[in-house]
Amino acid sequence: MKQYVISSSPHLRDNSSTRRIMQDVCIALLPAAVMGVLYFGYRSAIIIALSVLAAVLSEWFYCKVSHTKETIGDFSAVVTGLLLAMNLPSTVPYWMPVVGSAIAILLCKAIFGGIGQNFVNPALAGRAILSLSWATLMNTFTQPALFNFVGVDVASGATPIGAGVAGKYTLLDLAIGNIPGTIGETCKIALLIGAAYLFIRQIISWHIPVAFIGTFAVCYLIATKMDINETLYQVLSGGLILGAFFMATDYSTSPTTNKGKLLFGFGCGLLLFIFRYCKSAKAEWCSFAILLMNVASPLIERITYNKSFGEVKKA
Amino acid sequence: MGISRIFGGGVHPVEAGKGKDSTKSNGIIDLTPPAKVTIPMSMHAGAPATVCVQVGQEVKLGQVIGEAKGAISAPVHASVSGKVVAVGKCMLPSGREADAVTIENDFKDEWDPSVEASALTGNVSAEQIIEAARSKGIVGMGGAGFPTAVKLDTSKLDPKPDVLVVNGSECEPYLTSDHRIMVECADRVAEGIVLALKATGCQKAFVGIEDNKPDAVEAMKKAAQGRFEVVALPARYPQGFEKMLIYSLTGRKVPNGALPSAAGCVVLNVGTCEALCRAVREGRPLIDRVVTVAGHVNKPGNFRIRIGATALDLEDAAEGFGEGVTKIIVGGGMMGNAIPSINLPVTKNFGGLVTLAEEGHVPEESACIRCGRCVRACPMKLMPTRIDAYARHRDWAGAVAAGAKNCMECGCCTYVCPAKRQLTQSIRMAKALARIKKL
Repeated sequence: MKQYVISSSPHLRDNSSTRRIMQDVCIALLPAAVMGVLYFGYRSAIIIALSVLAAVLSEWFYCKVSHTKETIGDFSAVVTGLLLAMNLPSTVPYWMPVVGSAIAILLCKAIFGGIGQNFVNPALAGRAILSLSWATLMNTFTQPALFNFVGVDVASGATPIGAGVAGKYTLLDLAIGNIPGTIGETCKIALLIGAAYLFIRQIISWHIPVAFIGTFAVCYLIATKMDINETLYQVLSGGLILGAFFMATDYSTSPTTNKGKLLFGFGCGLLLFIFRYCKSAKAEWCSFAILLMNVASPLIERITYNKSFGEVKKA
Repeated sequence: MGISRIFGGGVHPVEAGKGKDSTKSNGIIDLTPPAKVTIPMSMHAGAPATVCVQVGQEVKLGQVIGEAKGAISAPVHASVSGKVVAVGKCMLPSGREADAVTIENDFKDEWDPSVEASALTGNVSAEQIIEAARSKGIVGMGGAGFPTAVKLDTSKLDPKPDVLVVNGSECEPYLTSDHRIMVECADRVAEGIVLALKATGCQKAFVGIEDNKPDAVEAMKKAAQGRFEVVALPARYPQGFEKMLIYSLTGRKVPNGALPSAAGCVVLNVGTCEALCRAVREGRPLIDRVVTVAGHVNKPGNFRIRIGATALDLEDAAEGFGEGVTKIIVGGGMMGNAIPSINLPVTKNFGGLVTLAEEGHVPEESACIRCGRCVRACPMKLMPTRIDAYARHRDWAGAVAAGAKNCMECGCCTYVCPAKRQLTQSIRMAKALARIKKL
């Protein structure tokens, strides 16, 4: 008589996969990446390509030397490379995305056990290390010049965070990305389109982005005595939108419970406010706020464990 | 009163094309009894019955062949008339072994005289109903097979339950047997509910039916005649789980580790209610049941089959399995048992027969990416990935502390996991080891 396969229930699975999730994140990042190339020229495209390539090669290299199962097929290295490139100015020398991606994958992800085990967001950690090591190179931005692909003689400029609403950029400029900044962070419209895609595909939930941006905005409103224009300006400046939707929502480095996510987002928003308002108007503060909360994430998770369905109050 | 609350979590396996469409409008077909039946003595929760017939003995249809032993047990009856040809062991769909009686069918279907003698008409007392449930071997037909008489007897409970919850949700993908019973035998189900109300002393009865079975909702509403309430519930697995159903219908939560009675509820399946009705009104013991045969089969459908027939008879009834069937599931695709061979008996709690081809393939596990989908899917609001981590480190105490014991093994976490991790299996193992180590 024919023997059949036996296994533990459930016998049905949905058609999700890690690979599909990571591909979705790549798709969501595409609009902003394309806008980055349109604004900052061909160099941006090369930086993105180098960054992704270096990340994938690093992952492949680590799997080879550690004799572990090759994981480049899950696309997570592509996401890391892409995110890192989005966080670099278009002016950096070509070795920087390569070094940054290698640091991100090898030092921040692989040695901790690979996907799901890293305690900080690899792309952000890569950016932070680059920023701290080569501060000048990482803070040289160019003026955006739509469709000026050569992009050699555009004047360099500072990110407009510090200037505030009184500066030369309007809120519209901030929204469409017509400002100096890193490759992927300037065009908020493109980022929001990508974020909407992630919501629709249910890759991310609203908790972290809403808590993050909400906390930051409320703090800013209070600090500026209800100056809505200035607050909106700050929300649309720097890496906040990119960070809130694409970085802080990184699975490995944020809590899994909804309560934990809210708390995590709240912490990110508060830290960013403190850094930006009280310290200085640097573009990478958003990265540091998220990195600090990444480190706190296991603790947040621990204090926000779900109460199970039938849990009765102890008398 | 309508839906009281909606539980969090759960999944929609229907969306993945694993719905009930292939069998939901196929009427129940009575199968001719097989030439031989092998009836196990353990088809219920609790102590197995003891064989009380000998090889060579002639038995009538509905005659007791196994006597209940202990407080939680149920008798077993002959499902065909004929001659006992063997008393031995057989394997159950769960993989366990049990005593079994094999009867050769004489195809006379001659009823045992006790059957007609015990049919009750008119007003019956609670004691009579409970006694009928006990002596006719009625057990929960939804899957667990808990002896119904024990559930109905609320005399020792304090406080006494006040709500009877009738489960017509049938949330398992593929299965439609309860659905067909409600559509075709609504009057018997309704009568069973009224009898159960009387036996338990409950004030109210609710029938919860998923809203993807509008014909069943309508049929039951018509049969209810104001004696109980029929509520359409959102179709979402695991709506038919006791705790979820009670919450949906009454807003009450069954405390962890407690039985439904702790929330003042008695829960019965619609199939059980139908069997109870026949036990009381016709004196008919539990000798057959309705089984859905679906998945990769040539002619999916719902069949009323004698207890003790083999799954092979179901395969014949469905005119054979399709190409590439690798797995046979007893029960539904989410909670059923995969059986190694088709030559296993149909038991009282045999929920369905589902055959799977490539969709039943066990995918390779990869690393947890901490996406939290299992946490959101868990209807018990546990954190499956956390319990899984403890279990994989063989830290059983840690797994228990993380709530492993509250897991109902519904399988939602494994179903949604993008890394294809065997979360349910891992938690199941933690539960088993915690039990052995008395943690």
